[in-house]
Amino acid sequence: MSTRRLLTITALAIIAIGIVSIVWIRAPRLTSRATPRAAAAPSPTAPAPPGRKIKARLFYVADDGMRLTGVERDIAYGEGATEQAREIVAAQIAPVVEPLVSAVPAGTSVRAVFLTEGGEAYVDLSREVMSAHPGGTLNELLTVYTIVNALTVNLPAVTSVQVLVDGKEVDTLAGHIDLRQPLAKNLSWVQ
Amino acid sequence: MLGDQEFVALDDLTTLFQLTVREDTLGAVTVSYKGKTIVLTPDQALASVSGRLVSLPAPPSRNGRRWLVPSEFISRALALIYDTRLDLRKPSRLLVVGDLRVPRLTARYESLSPSAARLTIDANPRALSTVTQDADHITVKFDADALDAANPLLPAQPAPSLVTGVRIADPTALAVDLGPRFAGFKSTSTTVDSTQRLVLDVIGLVQTDASQPQPAPPATAAQPAPPEIPPAFGQSASAIHTIAIDAGHGGDDEGVHSADGAKEKDLTLTVARRVRAIIEARLGLRVLLTRDDDRNVPIDERTALANNNKADLFVSLHANGSMRPTTTGAAILCAAFDKDAAQAASAGGAERLPTFGGGSRDIEMVPWDLAQTRHLAQSERFAELLQQQFHDRVPMASRPIDRAPLRVLESANMPAVLIELGYLTNAEQAKLLTNDAFQNAAVQSIFDAIVRFRDTLTPGGTQ
Repeated sequence: MSTRRLLTITALAIIAIGIVSIVWIRAPRLTSRATPRAAAAPSPTAPAPPGRKIKARLFYVADDGMRLTGVERDIAYGEGATEQAREIVAAQIAPVVEPLVSAVPAGTSVRAVFLTEGGEAYVDLSREVMSAHPGGTLNELLTVYTIVNALTVNLPAVTSVQVLVDGKEVDTLAGHIDLRQPLAKNLSWVQ
Repeated sequence: MLGDQEFVALDDLTTLFQLTVREDTLGAVTVSYKGKTIVLTPDQALASVSGRLVSLPAPPSRNGRRWLVPSEFISRALALIYDTRLDLRKPSRLLVVGDLRVPRLTARYESLSPSAARLTIDANPRALSTVTQDADHITVKFDADALDAANPLLPAQPAPSLVTGVRIADPTALAVDLGPRFAGFKSTSTTVDSTQRLVLDVIGLVQTDASQPQPAPPATAAQPAPPEIPPAFGQSASAIHTIAIDAGHGGDDEGVHSADGAKEKDLTLTVARRVRAIIEARLGLRVLLTRDDDRNVPIDERTALANNNKADLFVSLHANGSMRPTTTGAAILCAAFDKDAAQAASAGGAERLPTFGGGSRDIEMVPWDLAQTRHLAQSERFAELLQQQFHDRVPMASRPIDRAPLRVLESANMPAVLIELGYLTNAEQAKLLTNDAFQNAAVQSIFDAIVRFRDTLTPGGTQ
């Protein structure tokens, strides 16, 4: 085996190891968290658009109305953490059909999502999240923790979430839950 | 006035009561009303009323072209021929025409000890009253058309009196002005013959040294013990003097709606008013409502009212809403904070600040938004008592006590809970919530829980 051939094989091996490493490092971040979880229920939502997918756990109002329930779904892959966060929120607030019920008012859209190095996510929603909100402490709690838990459960780098409305900080959505600072994951509101 | 006798002009009575007055050639004056007559004779303290003689304290008197008659002419003569009741009250210079309820009020104030006093208000004829407390005075509202009372009813009392005076606040209400040492009161109402007697037993803070002004203590001196509320009137000292009741939402913030249009803001106000009424009537405690009408009150103002008035308990009333129409049951919520916030609050500590007149004292600094962190244990204790009292009276949710980052509770510097009375989004619950009997059961439950909570805080109270 000539020295030249040896060098070529070594170079190809290094490239191959590099490619495997990239796939090995990135893939778990995007997909492996979802792998151990079995789907809680068949998804009654519209089929995900074609393209690369990841599995994410989204939250909807449980049958008794008192808590949220988690549902695994394929959602669009986002390039980078911020884009992925935006895809998660967009999937979370997308309209659903029975038997799922969303705690986020219909018509709400995501304006922007920002992540900080400190693990805080800022989710800027359209004004419908307030103007179309039906009120009630429980409704408001479930709306807020739908968003908070959707990000903190699916993106470990996100430790807390603050909801903004129309680009501005708000006191509450409907007079109850303090939104003046980021809220941490809270699974006590999930079944 | 002529001498000691008070006279009224017959002309004025003629206009007022639509009388006819005729003077004959012999000088007699005939007063007529709907065919009935009164004949007055100059220089005679008598009147002939439909042929019957009645005495007057003085004879009529002529002043130029006008006839003057003793004021008693109204009650002794005119009242006999007039078709509407006339009630002349000379001491208060009041003439009551018709069946108006105008009780005559008298007041008596007794200082029982440096920290206790009794104010007795008699209403004759009997008139029921309601007693409410505002920041610096107690309002006694009478079920009457007007009041027959001197103003002020009780002259200004010298400092350091617990009650500084009693005055007429409006045509049917008295204001009992309170001194700076006032701490609480209890009201009782009894009937004595034709008199309704209202007794306000007032307690105050004990002054550590009221008579001797002391020089300012040196900066390093130990602070004097805080003033104590002494037991009074056969009751043990209460650790609760003021309760803030927050009627959730209001104005353009209507809260949750039921399918048939019931609004959360109306329900919370109704229940808040009933809670206030029962506490004031039965416990004599001071009750503050964050709103007493249909208006939007910012959340911080609600808590500020409680904090600035040093309320001992804060109860926020709400009705719940769910995306699922079958969700049901009442719940009691306490504030929730993340660990960092709780640690920040506990690290607040005290700061030494100068005081007026020299010296200094330690002022405890508490971040406004974290004030509730110091009271969470008591808030949860009160929530448990509420749950016990709601049991069997108010349907409860599957998790009747919860915690949440509730904006209105976080700044409350006293034990504080938020009560969700039920779900307006559930048709059956909506009917229940708007039902009088259910509201009264909820109000009674809240009242009973407050009594038990007070007992747990009071030395020697039941645990």
